[in-house]
Amino acid sequence: MVKKKSYIALLSAALAASVALTGCAGGSQNAGGSNAGGGTSAEQGSASGGAANGGKILIATQTPLSGSQSSLGDAIKTGAEYALSLRQEEFKKMGFDLQLFPQDDQADPKIGVSNAEMLISNPDVMGVVGHLNSGVAIPSSVKYEEGKLVMVSPANTAVTLTEEGKKTVHRICARDDAQGPKAAIYAKNSLGVKTAFLIHDKTAYGQGLADQVKAQFEKDGVTVHGYEGITQGEKDYSAVLNQVIAKNPDIIFYGGLYPEGGILIKQAREKGYKGYFMGGDGLDSSDMIKIAGDAVDGVVFTSVAGDVEQTAEGKKWAEEYRKVTKKPLETYSVYGYDSMNVILNGLEEAIKANGGKKPTREQVLEAVHNTKDFQGQFTKVTFDEKGDNASADVFIYKYEKGKDRSTFVGKAE
Amino acid sequence: MLLSILPQVLVDGLTLGFMYAVVALGYTMVYGILEFINFAHGEIFMVGAFVGTEVLLIADAMGSLEGMNPYFALILILVVAMAVTGALGVGIERVAYRPLRGAPRLIPLISAIGVSFLLQDLVRFTEAVARNEFYLNSPILFNGSVNLGIATIPQKALIVIVIAILMMMILSFFVNKTKWGIAMRAVAQDQSTASLMTINVDRVIMLTFLIGSSLGGATGVLFAQNYGTIDPYIGFILGLKAFTAAVLGGIGNLRGAMVGGVLLGLLESLAGAYMGPLTSGAFGAEYKDVFTFSILILVLLFKPEGLFGEAVKEKV
Repeated sequence: MVKKKSYIALLSAALAASVALTGCAGGSQNAGGSNAGGGTSAEQGSASGGAANGGKILIATQTPLSGSQSSLGDAIKTGAEYALSLRQEEFKKMGFDLQLFPQDDQADPKIGVSNAEMLISNPDVMGVVGHLNSGVAIPSSVKYEEGKLVMVSPANTAVTLTEEGKKTVHRICARDDAQGPKAAIYAKNSLGVKTAFLIHDKTAYGQGLADQVKAQFEKDGVTVHGYEGITQGEKDYSAVLNQVIAKNPDIIFYGGLYPEGGILIKQAREKGYKGYFMGGDGLDSSDMIKIAGDAVDGVVFTSVAGDVEQTAEGKKWAEEYRKVTKKPLETYSVYGYDSMNVILNGLEEAIKANGGKKPTREQVLEAVHNTKDFQGQFTKVTFDEKGDNASADVFIYKYEKGKDRSTFVGKAE
Repeated sequence: MLLSILPQVLVDGLTLGFMYAVVALGYTMVYGILEFINFAHGEIFMVGAFVGTEVLLIADAMGSLEGMNPYFALILILVVAMAVTGALGVGIERVAYRPLRGAPRLIPLISAIGVSFLLQDLVRFTEAVARNEFYLNSPILFNGSVNLGIATIPQKALIVIVIAILMMMILSFFVNKTKWGIAMRAVAQDQSTASLMTINVDRVIMLTFLIGSSLGGATGVLFAQNYGTIDPYIGFILGLKAFTAAVLGGIGNLRGAMVGGVLLGLLESLAGAYMGPLTSGAFGAEYKDVFTFSILILVLLFKPEGLFGEAVKEKV
């Protein structure tokens, strides 16, 4: 009997250790989920059928289509899909059967990489719109680089992504080192905060953003009372919040995504926290409102994505988008749309340069990389040597009680 | 500064700890009888959370939640969730564990892990089809809080603690004082002898799963009421921690599971609140699980049978 018990003890000790470790990796919420591959073949079948003697060209999207971040991932996919569908005819005239090839990376680096592997082994795939998560984009881009497959990201803000010197990597949004400092400066100058508490979710994105904000706060003389990490997928953050309450800072800055951000602000307000709550574009989702409930009132966030509906022309586009796709407009929808168009423009150039024949991936990559002063639906795109967009801006939004989406405040200077 | 938040930290730790404790009971009861770790128990807890929340959401959509007495609503969702998860537990035992009872120890363990994946994705799928999203925000029945001056206790946390204690008391009474409870303890000590004493072993095992699972389901309801947001994966972390609590207290021992659960919740809460300030930021709250589990490993190194493993010889 004693022997049996010590065996159980050993087993549980090992389990305990493994839980502690996976807790750090923060990937626990991504268990399960299905791949979107099944849906794509049906789409291809129905849309093709015209004369396409130049061959088939696939443009992939890689975003989470299942899991807790799927509302953001689906917005990017739908935006890209819409852009592609508008230009299918144009490419058909050139003799190509242009199709979308959507992949579900489940916000999981492992899945992202294995999808990337599959994409580079398919010679018809000419470009990738994605990812949503920097932590997925960075390892996946190793594969794209191997296959010379051009990637245009609508949403990855982690600095390291383009600092690794990969030629295939591009993004049309701003980087964290623009978002973080601008968020901190806005908090100090416009919200007038003097003390801050930083919380992050231990991911490349969340911790990266929190680090940048911390550095800027320290430079500007805002007192940082604490810097703590939380585990994705947990629902009880009272331990960290008790620390916050003890320090009573003017602002909580959270580097992370809305499933945890929504719970954090809700539990903070329940504990009587009265100050500001600010985050990055990870808080940007209509689901944030559902999770946080009334506590969402006054939550401020920066975003590398602007509100397309600020101009009359943008509003018209948005209405058209809703009508055709029958999906709600998320902020990233238009970025998915613009990313797709950047790739399609490059593809078109490459086809022309190749005398109307199907270009190689290197040729498409070269053409996309040289994008200059391209005016998308919302952003202007000029890629620099690293693949960053030289014309990207950072914007401020806030949530208000009773509204089902965030309100645009303005450009962060 | 540090001490001023201590009462609040303890209250939060207790709330979490009592939830661990009730879920831990489910692990420990099954282990006590079958010497088998039912890893699907965390998912049963999750199903309970979803069933309770769905009942509330449906009542809300029909407009009947408006005038309902919150205590009545709470009892209603507890009863429904317990009935569903109890039946689910019994069904799982019948389909996935009973045919494997003679098999080597590891086989039903794998079967349990399979069941847990199945339940996760089943709930995810059902919710995605029915509501187009698979995490739910529960209407909260009790929104007030009690201010004690040194700490505020939200009403919903009080509800968690009171109901958890009630369930444990009823369970203790059942196991120690009733005929069925005596039968359960007999089966735990020696199955074959118990069956010679005209105890229907299969039925006792069914009863164990019924009680353990409905306790887990009830905790799910309490969890959803306390934190407001649930998803199909909440059972994983909580289940592992509750299992840990059961081992910490001495698996197979009811009192051990209760003490282990509360202790684990308190440790976690204390570590989360104090590690950062005490190490001046070197080890922040992100290491709270590392700290808690290091303590667990230490306890098990010196007392492999768990805290209560020896003090009380009888199981269940």
